[in-house]
This record gives sequence, C-alpha cells and structure tokens, in this order.
Amino acid sequence: MQSNRAPYGSTPVYVVDGARTPFLKARGRPGPLSASDLAVAAGRPLLARQKITPDLLDEVILGCAMPSPDEANIGRIVALRLGCGHKVPGWTVMRNCASAMQAVDSAARNIALGASDLVLAGGTEAMSRAAILFNDDMVHWLAGLGRAKTPVAKLKHFARLRPGHLRPVIALLKGLTDPLVGLNMGQTCEIISHRFGIDRQQMDAFSVRSHLRLAAAVDAGAMDEVIATYDSAGNVYETDDGLRRESSEEKLATLKPFFDRKVGLVTPGNSSQVTDGAALMLLASARAVEEHDLPVLGRILDCEWAGLDPAQMGLGPVHASTPILLRNDLDISDVDYWEINEAFAGQVLSCVAAWEDDQYCRDELGLDAALGSIDQDKLNIDGGAVSIGHPVGASGARIALHALNVLARTGGDKAIATLCIGGGQGGAMLLSRGAE
Amino acid sequence: MTTDKKTTHWTFELDSDSLAWLRFDKTDAGTNVLSAEVMADLNDRLAEIEEASPKAVIVFSGKSNGFIAGADIKEFTGLESPEQAFDLVRKGQHVLDRLEALPCPTIALINGFALGGGLELALACRYRISVDDPKAVMGLPEVKLGIHPGFGGTVRSVALVGVFAAMDMMLTGRNIRPKQAYRMGLVDQIVPERHLRRAGRMMAMKPPATRRVSARERLLSLGPVRGIVASLLSKQVAKKARRDHYPAPYAIIDLWRRHADDPAGMYVAEARSIASLMCSDTSRNLVRVFLLQDRMKALAAGKPHRFGHAHVVGAGVMGGDIAAWCALRGLTVTLEDRAPEFIGPAIKRAQKLFKRKLREPRLVQAAMDRLMPDVDGTGVPRADVVIEAIFENADAKRELYTRLEPRMKPGAVLATNTSSIRLEELRGCLDNPDRLIGLHFFNPVAMMPLVEVIHTAETPDEEIQKGIAFARRIDRLPLPCLSSPGFVVNRVLMPYMMEALLVAEEGVPLPVIDKAAKAFGMPMGPVELADTVGLDVAHHVARILGEAYGFPVPEQLSRMVEQKKLGRKTGQGFYEWKNGKPVKEKSDQSVPPGLADRLLLPMVDEAIAVYRDRVVDDLDLLDAGVIFGTGFAPFRGGPVNYARHRGIDDVTASLEQLRQRLGDRFQADEGWQEVR
Repeated sequence: MQSNRAPYGSTPVYVVDGARTPFLKARGRPGPLSASDLAVAAGRPLLARQKITPDLLDEVILGCAMPSPDEANIGRIVALRLGCGHKVPGWTVMRNCASAMQAVDSAARNIALGASDLVLAGGTEAMSRAAILFNDDMVHWLAGLGRAKTPVAKLKHFARLRPGHLRPVIALLKGLTDPLVGLNMGQTCEIISHRFGIDRQQMDAFSVRSHLRLAAAVDAGAMDEVIATYDSAGNVYETDDGLRRESSEEKLATLKPFFDRKVGLVTPGNSSQVTDGAALMLLASARAVEEHDLPVLGRILDCEWAGLDPAQMGLGPVHASTPILLRNDLDISDVDYWEINEAFAGQVLSCVAAWEDDQYCRDELGLDAALGSIDQDKLNIDGGAVSIGHPVGASGARIALHALNVLARTGGDKAIATLCIGGGQGGAMLLSRGAE
Repeated sequence: MTTDKKTTHWTFELDSDSLAWLRFDKTDAGTNVLSAEVMADLNDRLAEIEEASPKAVIVFSGKSNGFIAGADIKEFTGLESPEQAFDLVRKGQHVLDRLEALPCPTIALINGFALGGGLELALACRYRISVDDPKAVMGLPEVKLGIHPGFGGTVRSVALVGVFAAMDMMLTGRNIRPKQAYRMGLVDQIVPERHLRRAGRMMAMKPPATRRVSARERLLSLGPVRGIVASLLSKQVAKKARRDHYPAPYAIIDLWRRHADDPAGMYVAEARSIASLMCSDTSRNLVRVFLLQDRMKALAAGKPHRFGHAHVVGAGVMGGDIAAWCALRGLTVTLEDRAPEFIGPAIKRAQKLFKRKLREPRLVQAAMDRLMPDVDGTGVPRADVVIEAIFENADAKRELYTRLEPRMKPGAVLATNTSSIRLEELRGCLDNPDRLIGLHFFNPVAMMPLVEVIHTAETPDEEIQKGIAFARRIDRLPLPCLSSPGFVVNRVLMPYMMEALLVAEEGVPLPVIDKAAKAFGMPMGPVELADTVGLDVAHHVARILGEAYGFPVPEQLSRMVEQKKLGRKTGQGFYEWKNGKPVKEKSDQSVPPGLADRLLLPMVDEAIAVYRDRVVDDLDLLDAGVIFGTGFAPFRGGPVNYARHRGIDDVTASLEQLRQRLGDRFQADEGWQEVR
C-alpha cells in the first residue's frame, strides 16, 4: 500500500467550473475537429463565462494520449488558441486513459503547493484522427530511396518495393494494445470477467442500462456541462452522438465478440466507444476564489494512482480507490456517488465484484474482508463511456466534472471518480460538493 | 553626407566599400510619396552620385511603414492643362532615366508598399529586393484614378515581367504580394526584413547577371502579333469597363500596341497620354473620390478608442457577416442568437471568408478562434461594442436592449444595424438613451466599404465619434447620418428602383432598363439590383420609406413577395437566376432616349433632399457616401458633383419636363436652391 497522506494535504483545491464538448463517435474517417479544436471548443465558452479573463491563468495543463504530429505540446497550443496570451505557460501530460485526470491532479498539486492559483486543466483526444503510419519495412525502403543517387539506382530500388511495404500501422490499435503482455484492452477485460464470472448477458444488460440512463439524463437536461460545438462547415454538435436510445439486450446479443474472436464475451456493443472529445475544468486556490469572488462547484480532496498486473488493468479503479477510502475513513456506502469509467461493461462489473469478494480484498488489497457493495443507484447514473464514448485523453476530466455536477443535483456530499488505465494502473479522485 | 541643401528628402552616404546608400525619407510626412519637389531633389542627389562614381547604389526608404506609396495625388488637382501635366511627367521621367542610366548596379530595397510611382522608381533600378511579408504589396494602381503609369512604368514593367503579367498589373491595378512578385520576376530576391540591408549589400558586392528577354516575349512584341494580343486584352477590359467611361486601360493597351518596338518614343507617348488623362473629367472625379475616401477615414481622427471585443446579437446574413468581418479585422467576437443552429451557417460563411482573405491555414484558424458562437450572451460584459442585428421588430429590439444595457461595460458602444426603425423609437427603454447609435452595414458586408453611422440630434458627439472610430477599426468608411427614414443609401436608391418598376410596367424589357443604367455608369442595373438585394428586403424598405415620404409600394413588388419570388436567393425574381447570374433575354430594342434621366435623376434629386433634411450636412461626404454605398458611377464623382457638372439648371429643367410628362414624383426638390 502506498502513502497514507493525501497529495494536497489540507490545502483546499477548488473547482470553479467545467465544460466539455459532446463526444463524437469516430465513424471510420477523420472527424471534423482536431484535438486542439475540441479543447478550444470546450475551453473558449468556459473561459468566456468566467469573471476572470484568460490571461490571469497561471497555466494550462492538458492530457492527450495520442497527440497528432502537428499539435506537439497541445497544452501550450490550446492556451495560445484560447487567448491566454504569450505569458501563460501550457504543458501536456500522458497517462493513457487517465491523461485528463493526471492533468487535473497535476493542477491540483501545483495549487496545493502554492505554485499556482488558477489553472485550466483537462484533456482532449481526436481518436478518429489517430495517425496511420508507415511500417518499418517502408521506412527503411524510403531511407534507401534517399541514398539512391542515380536514376538506375533509383529504378532498382523501386523494383524492391513490395505490397507488404504499404501495409499501414494503425496507431490507434497500437495504442490500445499492451506491448509488454501482448494483450489488447478488450482481452484484459475478457480475463477479469472470466475471473469474476461475469457473463455476456450481464455485460449487455449493463450496456443497455448505460444507454437508457444517458438518454434519460439528456432528456432531463442533466448534461449541462456539454457545450454546443461547431465545426468549420457550420455543423453544430449538441449531444453525445454515440447514444443509442433504442438499445436492447436482444440487439446487443447479436453482436460478435471483437477481441477474443468467436468465443469471447466482449463486443463493440458492451465496450466504450471510440470517440473524439474534450473536457476541461477551471481549478482555483482559496486565494483566487476570494480575490476574484469566484463561484465554487466543489473541491478536489484526494487523488491516488495505483499499479497492478497489466493483464488485469481493468481492476485499476479498485486499487486506486481503496486507499482513498481507507485514509479518509470512508466506507463504500459513505461515498454518495461513484463514477467508474466504463472502458468495458465487463470491467466495471468486475470492479464491483472485486470489492464484494472476500478473497480478492484479502489477497490483493490486504484487507480483512470484502469492502462492500456499491449501490447501483449511486453508480454512473447518467450513463458512461459505453454510451457516451471514451476519448481516452479526455475521459478523466469528464468523470470528475460530471461527478461534481451529480453531487450538485442530488445534494450528495462526496463522490469518487475513477478509471482503469492501459498498462496496468488505476486512478481515482475524491471530490466534494461546495466550498466546505 | 551631402545634406546642406534646402530640401533633403533624399540623402546618400558612401560606405567604406564604396557603396552609395541612397535614402528617401520625405520630410514632414509619415509616408513617402513622389512630388515635383521630391523628384527634383532626387535629381540633385543623382548628379552627386554620378560624380562620386560608387561601386553600386542601394535605394532604400527611411520610413518604416513602407517604400513609396506613389505620386502625391494632391499635386494632380492643381494641374490646369495637359501641357503643364506633360511637363511635370516628363521631368519625372528624366530623373528616373538618369537613375536607370547610372553605370553601376542599382538596387531598390522594398521594405513595404511600393505602389504606382514608387514601384516605377524601383523598376528604374537594375535589381529589386523585397521583404517577404504580405504587407509589402507592389502594384501599379493608377487605373483606379483614371490614369496609367507615367514614369516609364508602361515600358519598364512589360520589359521586366512580360506583356501579360505587366498588363494584368496595370489594367486591374491589383496589389502583388512579395512571393508572387518573386515568382513573376518583378523582384529578384525576397528576404526577411531583418536581412534586407545585408541582402542589398551582398547583391551590390556581387551583382547577378540580369535576365534576358525571352523568345516568347520577343515574339509577342512583333508588330502583327501585337495587334492580336492588344485586341484580346481590349476584349478582356471591355468586360469590366467601358471605353467611354474609363479610357485609361484602353490607353495602356494602345500605348503598347503602337510603341512597343520604340521605347524612347513610348516614354514620350506615355507622358502625352497620361497628361491628357490627368486633365479628363473621369480622372479628376476619380481623384476626388479617392481624396474623399481619405476624408472619411480622417473623420476618426481625435481621441483614440480601443476596440478589442465586439458582441453581435443576431446571426442572420447581416449579423453573421458583420461578426465575421470584425473577426477578420482582428477583433475578438462573440456572436449571439437564440440557438446554435442559427449560428452554424454564419460560422460556415465566416470560414469561407477567412479562407478567401487570409489563405494561410494558421491565420484562418486564428480568425476562427476569435469568432465564438455565444448562445448565452457571455460576451456582453467584456464587449467594447455591442451590435444588434436581429429582425426588424421594435418591441423585440427594445426588449433586447433592456437586457443588454445593465450587463454592458460602461462606455461600451450600443449600436443597431436597423435599416428601417428610427433610433428615437428604440432608445426610450434605455437608462441612458443617448448612447444608442446606428451602425448600418450593407450586404454583402465583406464587399461594401460603407457604414452609415446613425445618430439623432441629441446623440452626444462622443458617441458618434466612437461609432466612427469603430468603423475605421474594422476598415470601413464611416458616413455620419442623422436618424431619418432610409438614412442616405436606401433613401436615394428607392426612387431609382421604384421608377425602374414603373418603366417595366410600361413594357420596356427588363434588360433594356438595366442597360440604360449601366450605360450611365452604374455597376448594376436597378432591376438586377432589386433581385440581388432581395425583393422582400426591397419591399420592406419601400413600405417604410413610402409611409415616410408618401409614395405607394408598387403592387407588382407586393405580389412577387407573396409568391415567394424574392430574387437571387430564391432563384426567381424579376429575372430567373442560374448559378448566381440573372438570365437576361437578348433584346434588340435600343435604350429609349431619356430613359437614363428618368431612372437616375430621381436618385440625384433624392440626394439633394437628403442634404436639405441635413441627414448629411456635407455635400462632399454625401457624394462619397452615395458612391461607396450604391456604386453610383464613381467616374461621375457622385450625384451632387454630377448635377453641378451637368448644370443644375439643366437638371432641374429635365426634372420639370419629366414631371409634366410622367407626374409629380419628378417635382424637383426645394433643396436645389441651396446647392446652386
């Protein structure tokens, strides 16, 4: 077990406001907005409605797992595009699926240290625009072409070109595969689902519920943090477009397993959706809140990062959240709202099952017995990544922000937002409503 | 240094490498322009340089804003006769000949705009190096003033870049940016500003071989070929400008056709040709319009205002395009409408505008980033100017102002783009009613340079001045107007368009009506104009003005609006529209005599009425406003100038004849007494 001390000590870290773009499903071709476009689409209206002007920010920190080659250090690019001026530094963090949560944590730590007072933090990802690369053979062939000086040598070199040279490397698939254990993310879900006996019907039922909950939230106007986003062709995107209102278990049952082909359980229908999107939060110190008379949505109380077997990365939330519960002297039921990122339906169900499992809690978490059950009415009540989508670099900020909005709506006091991280990690954040 | 002269616009210094650095820094001026005195001064310096026999001469500007903006246009207005003009031009030519004839290499360092005579001076140098900055525009825009290059530019430009490229520059008068200038051979090198002097020195120490005339150019300049090329060029020009209205471009082609094989003769012919053009009415009127434009710009002089953020309410065609234009001009803009789907189309149009104007993707992105859709109106508290451009409903506008005012920054401008509702009717709801002004833009915003700045008799000067300053900030020409129905532009256009409809009802084919107006010099006939503006808009304005000034709205117009035949935007108006162009049936019918008077004199008469009502209290500004707002034949110098030139008695007598024949709507306005 790691440190018993919360990373921010007793210094309050406030969340003033937050916003995100709708999450736009990748449809097999580059989406309408680049990662920095998305962050600007969320950040511009967010900053426009604040009492403070963008030049007062101390820094901008963005998570982005797959930045495009022409948006290097996207945090700085977005700071400049948002009109923060030359003097506001910007940087970029990368912790796979938790990149945005890492950005928020980094912002909070700097505020706790007294190094920053106002920070814009969050994440952005244009998964539909993930690069397609030349394979190694092609790269060597191109290098050879550069060395061939005479026309004859060039011609000879062209004769060596084979169809295999043109086989592209899809960066998105590489990014979603663990290079050390040789498993893609869906396969890690198959492993933990098998471990806890989660079946296909449970996964599909969970997924249907995710869609229906999102539909209800949209209809009830509970998705305030989603901001209308415009592309340059004048199209407007107002809601997450991966939502399937007519989703049903019968329909999902017809889908074929995608990762463990033929025999597996995990299908595109019970996995998170590949999407483009950005989510941002404005964090402030007590000094900034007082000086600028800023409203307060909530506080970030604690944060934990945990490591585990990469082949079982889906259980990361269990390993990251448990220390937070212990050191804040909380039972599972003391947390009024849980936002567990739905990388896969089977993975969320496995996390819930792990906490209910005496043996797992004893062997893996060092507890005396099972920690308890999460009330399903306090978990992902407005849907999750299965229905909303999972732009990997942005989701961490989305769940933290949405957890705060749910607390504001339900009157709850404490929430945990947590996600699993490719490579075998978990990240969790403890949030509370209001200023106290 | 040789500086103990009376005038020291030009100075030169020999450096240790024996390079002569010849500097032009016009005294008591912010911008370098060429006047008779400046040319004489240059002549003196050249004489000294000849004696010093330097290794090379490097000509550069002492002004950071640019190289040379052109000839001193104010000097033109003092010319009394073609002979006098000819002398002036020949003297200038001789000075540049002297520069060209120096035995050593000569290099012009173009650090910014090099236009007209400024570029001609650079052309007289052996080499040109320009900064690689889009602001350093080069061009020969003389045709815009009804003349053509006169310091040898018609000869040297063709010799340097070839007949087609040179003709394109001279006939269109358009600006060439450095990258293009380098590609076409107008400049020999482009460098970042920080290296300009060094590049000049390096070239002077080791001058490259000069280019030889290509075989193609030699072929094109052969007598018989020249005739064919010249007639091709004339046909191109005829599509844009009529010879009787705009003789200058035709004169450029004629010069080349007749004299291309005789440079010495061509210089003299060029001087003769420009001398006679300079004294023509066309040129004098165009020069006047150019100077009036400067006067409108100068209206913004005085207390500087800072405009960083504009908030526009209403993302329709006008509001959306105003917002896009402001963003293009560097403002942060928030664009508000009831729901995102109303703003989307404006964003799409903005993207198109930015791409067309800015080209470079990073600049387009920056402009798009400055333009934020803002359904919640979050931009209001930060805006330095709030422009309302919602539908024409006084209640809705008042309701909006009531919501806006308490949220606005103190001192921020509150403006309406209304074309038909009076400020007096709208401002009552405000705590500070005097702050409301009108900023009336014209459609299409990106093409129409005029903005009517509307005020009432009570509006404090401070507020009017802010409106004017804002118009200048976004590079538009302000015309202060007293609040009154139709202001200036719509009011003078209305009788013109209404009369056209009456003529049409009498059976005159529509294309003939348009032809008559174009023969007068209007850029577009009244029927095509009505279709372009939109018949619903025309109908609305006609109704408002009809109520105010007592004339009926033509029934045909009402009928067409009911039938949703709204002109260009619906594909059917008076004309059928295909691909953005009206389908005009060929008609053999010639323009009936007097038709132009019947169409145009009511417009001229209305301009006088505008002055009588003191909507604009300056006749020169009125002329400029009508030209920039309606396109009124610029070479005629505006309606008042036209009437004065034709003779006011003749105009009023013609109106009286029309009145007797066609009715009281031709009754000459009482205001004519005041302008005699």
